Amino acid sequence: MYESNGEKYFIVDSHMHYWNAAPDNWVPGHEQYAKGWIECFHAYQGLGPPETHWSIEHFQKYSEDDLLKDVFEDGHVDKAIFQPTYLKEWYKEGFNTTERNGLLGEKHPGKFITNTRFDPRDGDVGLDQLKRDVERWGAKGLKLYTAEWNNGSRGYKLSDPAAYRFLEAAQNLGIKNVHVHKGPTIWPLDKDAFDVSDIDHCATDFPDLNFIVEHVGLPRIEDFCFMATQEPNVYAGLSVVIGGLMHALPHFFAKVMGELLFWVGEDKMTFGSDYGIWEPKWQIEGFVNWEMPDEPAYADYPKLGVAGKKKILGLNAARLYDIDVPKEFQLLDDNSAAAQDDAQLVDDRSQPVAGA
Amino acid sequence: MTAPVTAGSARGTAPGVSGFSPETPGVPREDLLRALETVRDPELDEPITSLGFVAACTVSSDGDAEVRLRLPTYFCAPNFAYLMVADAYDAVSALPGVRRAEVVLEDHFASDVINGGVAAQAGFAQSFDGEAVGELHQLRADFLRKAVMAGTDQVCRPLLAAGQEPAALLAMTLGEVPPSRALERLRQRRADLGLPAGDDAALVIDPVTGGPVRPDALPLHLRKAKITRVSIEANAGICRGMLGHRYNHTQGQGETVLIEDSGLPADS
Repeated sequence: MYESNGEKYFIVDSHMHYWNAAPDNWVPGHEQYAKGWIECFHAYQGLGPPETHWSIEHFQKYSEDDLLKDVFEDGHVDKAIFQPTYLKEWYKEGFNTTERNGLLGEKHPGKFITNTRFDPRDGDVGLDQLKRDVERWGAKGLKLYTAEWNNGSRGYKLSDPAAYRFLEAAQNLGIKNVHVHKGPTIWPLDKDAFDVSDIDHCATDFPDLNFIVEHVGLPRIEDFCFMATQEPNVYAGLSVVIGGLMHALPHFFAKVMGELLFWVGEDKMTFGSDYGIWEPKWQIEGFVNWEMPDEPAYADYPKLGVAGKKKILGLNAARLYDIDVPKEFQLLDDNSAAAQDDAQLVDDRSQPVAGA
Repeated sequence: MTAPVTAGSARGTAPGVSGFSPETPGVPREDLLRALETVRDPELDEPITSLGFVAACTVSSDGDAEVRLRLPTYFCAPNFAYLMVADAYDAVSALPGVRRAEVVLEDHFASDVINGGVAAQAGFAQSFDGEAVGELHQLRADFLRKAVMAGTDQVCRPLLAAGQEPAALLAMTLGEVPPSRALERLRQRRADLGLPAGDDAALVIDPVTGGPVRPDALPLHLRKAKITRVSIEANAGICRGMLGHRYNHTQGQGETVLIEDSGLPADS
C-alpha cells in the first residue's frame, strides 16, 4: 500500500513478470532473437529515471529476492499479477512461463496471482495444457501475445476460429480476464500487426470475458480507444504508458492519459508496472503525485482526482480479480461498477475511423 | 553489424569513399541527404533523417551510393521497415548521377530478407515468401489516412485557439487557412491519397471518402483527429528514446532534436 497526503492506496500491479533471458536460457541457433528481445526490453527501461536503470546482465536475470524487494518491500505493491510470456522459439525454458511464475508465487502465499496463457496454433495439445495450467495454478486470467512465433508462424489474430475455440474452452474452465498484448508480427505480414480490431470481435462475441488490452494498444492508442469506448468489457492496461512516458515524455504522458480518461474512463484503466522492465516504486509515487497540467492544451481532458487514482492503481483490478480490499482502502461512495461513458460523442452515426 | 556513427557528423565519410566536397565530381552528399529527407516512416509520418534512422550515407565519385539505416529495435515491424528501405532505395536511385544504390538495414531480425528483397526489386510478398499475401499499398494508405487526421488537428487547433467557431471550420477551404508547414504537410498527404488538396477543397474532409463531414459528426471527427495526432507523436517520442538508448545516443545523419511540447522536430 502507498500513503500520501493522508490518502491510502491499495496497489495491484496487474502486469509484471519473473523472467530469465540470460544466455543460459537461449535456444542454440536462435541466440540473436533472444538477445534482440531482451535488449529491446532493456531500451524500454532506458525511458525510466536514470537511477532506476539496471545493467543488462542484471536485467537479463533478476533473482527472487530482487523481485520481492523491488515489488513489495520498496514498491508498495499489495498484490502482483504474473503475466507469462513463453517465446520458447528463443528461450529454452520459456521467457517467463506460468510454471516459473507460479512456483515463485506458491512460496509466498497471498502475494501473487498467477495467470496462464494459450497459443491457438498448439491445437488439442494446447487445449490439454491450458486445462492443466488453469487447474494447477488456479488461474483466473490469461495473457496472450499475438505476435509470438511458433513453428514458422509469426503470429495469429484473436478472431481466428482456432483462437475462438481456446477462448470458449478458457471460459468453461473459469477464466474471467484476458490480457492481450500486440506485437510487430502476425500472419500475413503485409497487414498491420498492431491492429486491435480482432479484440473488438472477441469482446462482442465473449461478453462475459474481460479484455484488458495491455500497453493500451500502443502504438495504436487511437484504434484502441475507438474500440474500447464501444465495448463495455474492454479495459486499458497502463503498463508502458506510465513506465515509458511519465518520466521520459511528460507532456505526451499527460496527453495520452487525457485521451484515455476521455475515451475509456478511470473505471476501466488498470496499473501494471511491467516489472522487470520498470520498478513499480517510482511509477506509483509519480502517478499519485501527477496532475493534469493546468494549461490550455490540456483543457478539454478530464481531470484525475484521488478517487480515480485509487481505482487505477488497485481497485479496478481488484474488482476484476475478486481481490479482497480492506475497508480502509475502499472508496466511501463506490459506484465505479457502472462504467461511465465519457465519450458521449460516440454513437451509431459516427464516421468510419481513419485507417479502420 | 553497425558501424559506429560519428555524433553530429553531417559530413562524416567512410575511409576510401569520397564524401561531399567542392572538388569531388559527381553527386554532392547533401543531395543524397535531401533525397533521404523525402523518405518517411509511414507509421510516424516523419522523415527517416530527422528521426535519426539514417546511420550513414555516402556516395563515391563514381556515383555509387550507400545508405545504412537503423531502427529503434531489433523487432520493429518488418512491413514498415521494408517500406522505408524500399523508399530510400527509390529516392537515392532517382538522383541524377547515382549509378548504383545500396540501402542496408542494420541490426534487424529481418535485415537479410529486406535488404535482399529490395536490392532484387522483388517486392514485399515475394521477399517474405509464404508469410505475406500482398504488397503494402493498403498499409501505406491506411497510415496516410491517419496522417491526414493528425494533420487536421495540427491545422485546426490554432484556428480554434484563435477564436474560430468549430462549425465555421466546415465552411473553410484550404486556401482560406493561413499558410504554415502543417498546412503544406496536410495538403501533401491528401494529395498522396488522391484526396482534394487544392485551394478550393474543404479544410475538413472524411479521410476515406474525401467527402464532407456533417455538422453533427464534426465534434467527434475533431476528437479523433486529436487522438490520432497524440498517438503518432507519443509513438515517435518513444521510438526516439529507444533508438537513443540502443545506439548510445549517437546522432543519425540529419537527425533533429524533438521538442516534446509541440511534438514536432525543432525545425518544423
